[in-house]
Amino acid sequence: MKTLNALIKRNVKIFFKDKGTFFTSLITPIILLVLYVTFLYNVYEDSFLQAVPQDFVFDDKVIKGLVGGLLLSSLLAVSAVTVPFCAHLCAVQDKVTGARGDFDVSPADPKTIALGYYFATVFNGVVISLVATALGMVYLAVTGWYLSFTDALLFLLDTLLLVLFGSALSALVSYPLTTQGQLSAVGTIVSAGYGFICGAYMPISQFGEGLRNALSFLPGTYGTSLLRNHALAGAYREMANQGFPKEAIEGIRDTADCNLYFFGRQVELWQSYLVLICAILLLTGAYLLLHVLSDKKRRKSQKKA
Amino acid sequence: MIKIRELYKSYGDVKAVQGISFQVKKGELFAFLGLNGAGKSTTISIMCGQTKKDSGTVLINGQDLDENTDGIKRAIGVVFQNSVLDKPLSVYDNLKTRSALYGIVGEDFEKRLKELTELFALQDILRRPVGKLSGGQRRRVDVARAIIHNPEILILDEPTTGLDPQTRKAVWSVIEKLRKERNITVFLTTHYLEEATEADYIVILDGGKIVAEGSPLQLKNAYTCDYITLYGVAEEALKRLQKPYEKIADGYRVTVKDTAEATALILKNPELFKDYEIVKGKMDDVFLAVTGKTLKGAEV
Repeated sequence: MKTLNALIKRNVKIFFKDKGTFFTSLITPIILLVLYVTFLYNVYEDSFLQAVPQDFVFDDKVIKGLVGGLLLSSLLAVSAVTVPFCAHLCAVQDKVTGARGDFDVSPADPKTIALGYYFATVFNGVVISLVATALGMVYLAVTGWYLSFTDALLFLLDTLLLVLFGSALSALVSYPLTTQGQLSAVGTIVSAGYGFICGAYMPISQFGEGLRNALSFLPGTYGTSLLRNHALAGAYREMANQGFPKEAIEGIRDTADCNLYFFGRQVELWQSYLVLICAILLLTGAYLLLHVLSDKKRRKSQKKA
Repeated sequence: MIKIRELYKSYGDVKAVQGISFQVKKGELFAFLGLNGAGKSTTISIMCGQTKKDSGTVLINGQDLDENTDGIKRAIGVVFQNSVLDKPLSVYDNLKTRSALYGIVGEDFEKRLKELTELFALQDILRRPVGKLSGGQRRRVDVARAIIHNPEILILDEPTTGLDPQTRKAVWSVIEKLRKERNITVFLTTHYLEEATEADYIVILDGGKIVAEGSPLQLKNAYTCDYITLYGVAEEALKRLQKPYEKIADGYRVTVKDTAEATALILKNPELFKDYEIVKGKMDDVFLAVTGKTLKGAEV
C-alpha cells in the first residue's frame, strides 16, 4: 500500500509538472472553447430560437442557460476522457525513458506499478474535471443558472463515471505501447478525434443516420448524453414553467442529444448508466486481466527456464 | 556472490548469450568487457530479472533467480547506462519514490536519505529537478538511487559513458568509497578499457561468448607484450638487441615478449640500460588480441 501511494503521488506530480503532456490533454477542451467562442454559441442559440414559436414571449436568459449547459456538458464530455488518456501516457513515457526498467529491477509487484498508473490517471482526471466543472458552473451562474442541487450532483456523478471510463480505456489502449512514436500517435488521435466521436463538437443528432448508428455503439456517447441531460435539465424545467410548447422542448432535447436513440429506439437514462458502468467494469477487468496473465506468464517461464 | 552457469539467451535467430559461465566474489570489482552486441547488457538484464533466459542457472547472493527473483532484486542495485530518474521531479522526490519500491518509507527513508546525502554530497541539489543537474551530479544521484536499499551488489552498466574525464574521476571516487567503506561488490561494464584495468577480475565477451578472462595482470601477461622504453641511447647500439623497436620522443620503445625477456636483455646489455622503464601492454592490446577488434576507449 505504501509503495502504491508513493507511485500514485509520483505519477500525479509528473503529469502536472510535465507541461507538454498537461497541455496536450487540454487541447480538446481548448478547441471546444474556441469553437464555442467563434461560432458554435451563435449556431446553437439560433437553432434553439428557431424551435420556439414566433409569437411566443419568453425570458431569453433561459436560452443562454441552455447553450451554457451545452458548452459545460461538451467540455466535460471530452476532458473527462482526454485528460485521463494523456495522463496515462505517463506509463508509456516511462517505458521510453527507462524509468519503467528502473521500477522493474526493484521487488515492487508489477500489478502495484500498474495500479499506480491507473489510480493516478483517475486522480488527474477527477481533479481537472472538477476544476473545469467549477469554472463552468461559475459561467452558468453568470449567464443563466437553472440547475438544482440534484442536477449538479448527478452531473458530478456522470463526470466521475466518464473519468473512470476514460482511465480504463486509456490504460487498456496504452498497455501494448512502447515507443515515443506510438505514444505521440495515440495522444494526437485521441486529442483531435474524441471530441467528434463523443458528440462534443457537434451533437450526434446532426450526423447522418449511418454515423449516428455507428457512434451509438461507443460507450462515450452515453456518457455525453448523461452529462447533457443533467446540465440542461434545469433549463428544460424553466422552459416548461415559462410555457414553452412541449414539442419545442422535445425538439431541443433531440437536437442536444439529451434524447439518445439506438437504431431508432430511445435510450432511457438508466440504460445509459448501465452501458457506461458495464463499459467501465469490462475495460478495467480486461486491463487487470492483462496484468495477471502477463505476471503468470512471467512466473511460468522463469520456472520453466 | 554471483555464480552464472551455462547461460543462454537468443532473440529469434540472434544468439545474444551463448553458454557463458563466470563467478564474482564478494567485495570484488568485476569488469565485463565487450563491444555493443557482445551480450553484456543481455546478461545484466537477465541477472536483474528483466529478461527471461533460455537456459542456465543464475545464483546471486546464494539465491536462485528461478526461485527467488524478489530476493535477488533486493540484493542488487543498478546504475543504468542512461539516467532513468524522473527529470521533472526533484532529487528528493525521485529518491523517495524509488525507496518506496523497496518498502522504505517515512522515518526509515529520511534516515537513509541523510546517509546518502552525506555520502554523495547531495545537500545542495536535493530540491533541484533532476533534469536541471549537471552530468556528474546526475550520475551521483543515479548511484545514490541504486544503493538506496543497501544492496550487496552494485551493477554499473557503462556508468561513465559520455561523461568528461573529471566527472568520470568523481564518479569513480564515489564507487571506490563504497567498495572500501561498505565492501560492496561491483559488477561493471564499460567502454573505457583503462577503467577495467582497475578491476580485480575481467571477463571479455565477444559474440555472446567469453573469449578471455582473468585478472588484468593475467590478461596482460597472456595476451600482450612488455615494452622497454630506452632513453639516451644511439639507434645503432639499439639494433644490437635484435628486437623490434620504434622511435618515440626522446628515445626508443623496444617490444619484448614478457618481463623475463626484458630482464634477460638488461642483464646481457647493461651498458645500454642506463635510463629506461618497463611497462606492460594495455588493456586495449589485450582486447585487440582476443577479439581482433578495437574497443574505443579513453584514458581515465
